[in-house]
Amino acid sequence: MATIKMTVNGRERSGEAEGRTLLVDFLRQELNLTGTHVGCDTSQCGACVVHVNGEAVKACTMFAAEAEGAEVVTVEGMANPDGSLSVIQQAFQDHHGLQCGFCTPGMIMSAAALLKDNPKPTEAEVRHYLEGNICRCTGYHNIVKAIMAASGQDVSAVAAE
Amino acid sequence: MSVTKPLPHDSGPLHVTGQARYVDDIPTPANCLHLAFGTSSIARGTVTAMDLDPVRTAPGVVAVLTADDLPFANDVSPSIHDEPLLSVGTVHYVGQPIFVVAATSHHAARRAAAKARITYAEEAPILTVDQAVAAGQYFDDGPRVWQKGDTDAALAAAPHRLRGRLEMGGQEHFYLESHASMVAPQEGGDVVVYSSTQHPTEIQHKVAEALGVPMNAVRVEARRMGGGFGGKESQGNALACACAVIAVKTGRPVKMRYDRDDDMTITGKRHDFRIDYDVGFDDTGRIKGIDFQQYTRGGWALDLTIPVADRAMLHADNAYLLDHARITSHRLRTNTQSATAYRGFGGPQGIFGIERVMDHIAHTLGLDPIAVRQVNYYHNMGPVRAGKVSGNTTPYGMEVRDFILDEMTEKLLADANYADRKAAIADWNAKNPILKRGIGFSPVKFGISFTLTHLNQAGALVHVYQDGSIHLNHGGTEMGQGLFQKVAQVAASRFGVDVSLVKITATDTGKVPNTSATAASSGSDLNGMAAKAACDTIRDRMANCLAELHQCPVERVRFEDGKVRVGDNEMTFEQAAATCYQNRVSLSATGFYKTPDLSWDRAKGQGRPFFYFSHGAALTEVVIDTLTGENRILRTDIIHDVGRSLNPALDKGQVEGAFVQGAGWLTTEELVWDDKGRLRTHAPSTYKIPACSDRPEVFNVELWDGENPEATIYRSKAVGEPPFNLGMSAFFALSDAAAACGPNYPMLDAPATAERVLQAVKRARG
Ligand code: FES
Ligand code: FES
Repeated sequence: MATIKMTVNGRERSGEAEGRTLLVDFLRQELNLTGTHVGCDTSQCGACVVHVNGEAVKACTMFAAEAEGAEVVTVEGMANPDGSLSVIQQAFQDHHGLQCGFCTPGMIMSAAALLKDNPKPTEAEVRHYLEGNICRCTGYHNIVKAIMAASGQDVSAVAAE
Repeated sequence: MSVTKPLPHDSGPLHVTGQARYVDDIPTPANCLHLAFGTSSIARGTVTAMDLDPVRTAPGVVAVLTADDLPFANDVSPSIHDEPLLSVGTVHYVGQPIFVVAATSHHAARRAAAKARITYAEEAPILTVDQAVAAGQYFDDGPRVWQKGDTDAALAAAPHRLRGRLEMGGQEHFYLESHASMVAPQEGGDVVVYSSTQHPTEIQHKVAEALGVPMNAVRVEARRMGGGFGGKESQGNALACACAVIAVKTGRPVKMRYDRDDDMTITGKRHDFRIDYDVGFDDTGRIKGIDFQQYTRGGWALDLTIPVADRAMLHADNAYLLDHARITSHRLRTNTQSATAYRGFGGPQGIFGIERVMDHIAHTLGLDPIAVRQVNYYHNMGPVRAGKVSGNTTPYGMEVRDFILDEMTEKLLADANYADRKAAIADWNAKNPILKRGIGFSPVKFGISFTLTHLNQAGALVHVYQDGSIHLNHGGTEMGQGLFQKVAQVAASRFGVDVSLVKITATDTGKVPNTSATAASSGSDLNGMAAKAACDTIRDRMANCLAELHQCPVERVRFEDGKVRVGDNEMTFEQAAATCYQNRVSLSATGFYKTPDLSWDRAKGQGRPFFYFSHGAALTEVVIDTLTGENRILRTDIIHDVGRSLNPALDKGQVEGAFVQGAGWLTTEELVWDDKGRLRTHAPSTYKIPACSDRPEVFNVELWDGENPEATIYRSKAVGEPPFNLGMSAFFALSDAAAACGPNYPMLDAPATAERVLQAVKRARG
């Protein structure tokens, strides 16, 4: 066991971790940030996506120790400073981009990473980017729509619906 | 009124901020134990020796239990006590729990469980349909047969006759949240159970049996699931029972979450089916007589195989009027996971059988597959209800009085421009030797109600507080489908208030008892009605009180727009609640509902098992690569019947999600067991769930503008399962594309993976 320190959602945090403790377990169990979900345990589903030093990372593929000193952002840190929903969060709400909600935190984190690099993605780019995020409920339609809307694009034509 | 409005999911703001709590997110008490099962590595045999010392001495381990250590019932079956929580010495599938480890962390428990040394006397497992039939391994003492008319005579007299076989795989639920339970011990041996379950009452029942206590000593709470799809109807029993037994034994809170691999290896999946058909038909493709043999592998324990197989029989007709039909169902016991409920509950398997028949007939006669379907449709509800048509009955003797697929089909074909696109595809195929396009259609008529009639009941509990806020509870569970939101909209509408006044609360066996599983698409039908009854009781009491106070007839008390109008007086709902409280009116009520007019004789296969039918139709276009079998869905158009929608946004979301899941079942999702009975596809790396890029490039979903002719809640219809069947249109489009490669019928089986598409192309070429 060692003490690990990192900045999480803008705050200095520390906790105990073994060398083999995964970042996702550290966030959920040590820091009680349970918004980051575990869907597959094996880096396929994307429910655990967080940002580490600005990059989207599946938190089940990284050791907590590797994030020592890093800047980590989880879904809990995505709202605006005044607590209101961010544009992406609001778009998921407005466009029904969720059902059971289990994939939602990972989707929001992936969407944010996409829009940072590519502020006006095409629909095909959104779909391609989200290949690492599984949603079993929605059929993805409204997720794509929400992300297009969050990028400020007209969604009336998304998939001709 | 808030019903019929496309309001967002009530938990949306919690989900997007990560605050929504699933079972594994509930803050765990410091001394919580975590469990893992040690499971069988062989498919069939007897345990001859078991050395658990390495498990007991592994780091963090607090207790290890085998069947001998269970104090009371060792059973987690939802049906006939044939499913021990822990093996009693014989093992029946790879993955069967044999012992359970309690440790200080999830990972410690899993690591310890892997250290057991178990030896077995192995027997040859029964894995396939053929092996099970040969060994006489039947549930339900042999095949079940339901029939209508004289099938043999009709087959013999028909101008054309065709025989075929369709194989279809099962399906892993892959709810994104794997199974989880937590049990907190209480004083006096009571327990509180938090479970990711569609069936809190069953969890309560099985935990009570496992602890040897009455049901009133067990309270189960379920706020939400991260997806269920039927996979959490019975499969959560094992986790809850294991946690409860160890919680009582140790006096500590206990949690168990299946790692994804464990979840896929241990829990049941959709039933796979083989369907053999023998059909006689005329020159138009109209079916004269049909014989179906349905074979399904139920796995090692009964679970829900009987009602699943029944529903497959009940949907063998799908949308088609069959005058002479015989349906034989073989429910087979195999050494695999116990197959369980999955969205559609056997219905899709039955429907898929006759849809293949329609396609096969059309190819044989050189007719349009949609035209063949149309000549076989049931009669429209207009003439039937007007008494102009009789004999519009299903093979199980139920009159079909609400059929609308003929109209829906016409609209879909027109909106999606079918005729032109079909011609364009033929042209395109003529010019393209390697890539081939195909177009496929599938309709669905789906029966709504539990076929076990007594399950069609629901309860609700509503409180109005003196500040006018409303507390709503009912027996349904939330798995993402938006049930809580819909029922809240119903409650808000009854009181004429904004839905924000209604607090939605976790399903709780202490508030509403004896609930049925949230299954069979019945959630909003049953719980919406129960909540309405509770609200109306309170509203009537309030109206009587206010009418008396204001000396006006009770009919002149109205609840609308957030106001209560009493004759010429007007007050806020909050003022009305306060006034009623001060006048000692009870502002709490239960509501109860049971579906009317059901009668079903399962042994004979006769009666009215369903309250009504839901309908839908889909048209899908695909392209395949004839060198590799790879394929893409290009476009899907859907029109779906949800009666008068309680919430069009949620309903459309259900239709979209169901279509993609249904298409996944029949295309990419392949379960593979090896000849030792080991499931080789136990993670999403090997089991292919549709990804975001797999969905149709063009996807048009429309809700049919209509209302339920039966008196359901605000004339709405169920939505969870019926649209799942629309994924079949993708399968038939793939078959159509393969058929464009040669003169023969491709005889495509499901799932239509690239390999199977390639084989189908070869068969088409001959
Ligand atoms: S839990 Fe990390 S990708 Fe699935
Ligand atoms: S909303 Fe359930 S997995 Fe995406």
